[in-house]
Amino acid sequence: MNLLEQQLIDEYQKGLPVCSRPYLEMGNRLGASESEVVSALARLKENGMLSRIGPVFNHKKAGASTLAAMAVPEDELAAVAERVNAFEGVNHNYAREHKFNLWFVVTAPDQGQLQTALKEIELSGGYKVMSLPMVKSHFIDLGFKVKWQ
Amino acid sequence: MDEISQLRLRKAIQNGLPLTQQPYLTLAQELGLTEDQVMQTINDWQDDGMIKRFGLVVKHHTLGYKANAMVVWDIPADKVDEVGELLSLCDAVTLCYQRPRQLPEWNYNLFSMIHGQDRDTVLQQLADIIEQNGLSGFRNDVLFSYKLFKQCGGQYVQASTEKLSKSSVSQGATL
Repeated sequence: MNLLEQQLIDEYQKGLPVCSRPYLEMGNRLGASESEVVSALARLKENGMLSRIGPVFNHKKAGASTLAAMAVPEDELAAVAERVNAFEGVNHNYAREHKFNLWFVVTAPDQGQLQTALKEIELSGGYKVMSLPMVKSHFIDLGFKVKWQ
Repeated sequence: MDEISQLRLRKAIQNGLPLTQQPYLTLAQELGLTEDQVMQTINDWQDDGMIKRFGLVVKHHTLGYKANAMVVWDIPADKVDEVGELLSLCDAVTLCYQRPRQLPEWNYNLFSMIHGQDRDTVLQQLADIIEQNGLSGFRNDVLFSYKLFKQCGGQYVQASTEKLSKSSVSQGATL
């Protein structure tokens, strides 16, 4: 990873400029040209370093969401995960080391549609869904501080 | 800007901005809005907290943070706010939420996330957190991830979203 790519990750996980030429402004601040910034961002995206450049929405204000878990026999896990992923509202989905071994976040436009989605996921996945909606956040998301080696 | 335009803009940006010279203008042209309307609305959403962070969203795993542990805690109701605050102040902790217990199979009501280069690093960070904050009296469990099946932004505005179902939303190249 080159210096500009590292600087972009260090400086712009928050506060992306909202102006007509944001990539030009980022370049001005980091001593790079607009096209260098665009290429660096495209590369980071291409290499899987970035999920996206854009908003992280507030779960509570943007709609409804929950963290859900299933306990699935290990030999069925990949197949169940695939069926769960087929739902548009599922955005993170991990296998974790626990009896509850499949953990995913479900979002929906509103609470009613979230509950419907959870029922459909349970039906399609074939295992009971445990839903653990956020009660309170103690965390202010300022991005992730990467320790470059 | 009317509600449908707002929903369409949310749908257009929830998977990222385009990598054009004028990304807000590109979005505006796709949605039949002006560049100013798009920028003003995004600023409003940042001001009112609808957007909590606007920028690069990284994938920890590809950046070399291979170990990802969800550390869950069983904390009595009168202590959970205090412990949540303590955990959220630890450098290694990247998320800290209270969630409901689901008895009898799930006893944990506080969820934190630690990302580290490897498993041993994460376990050492957790041991330090427990020692420095006096948390050894509380039961916890560590759920390392061992496979990532899906990772993208929250899809709050969906194809099924009622108000959008009759209007087509163009899908530009997104980042």
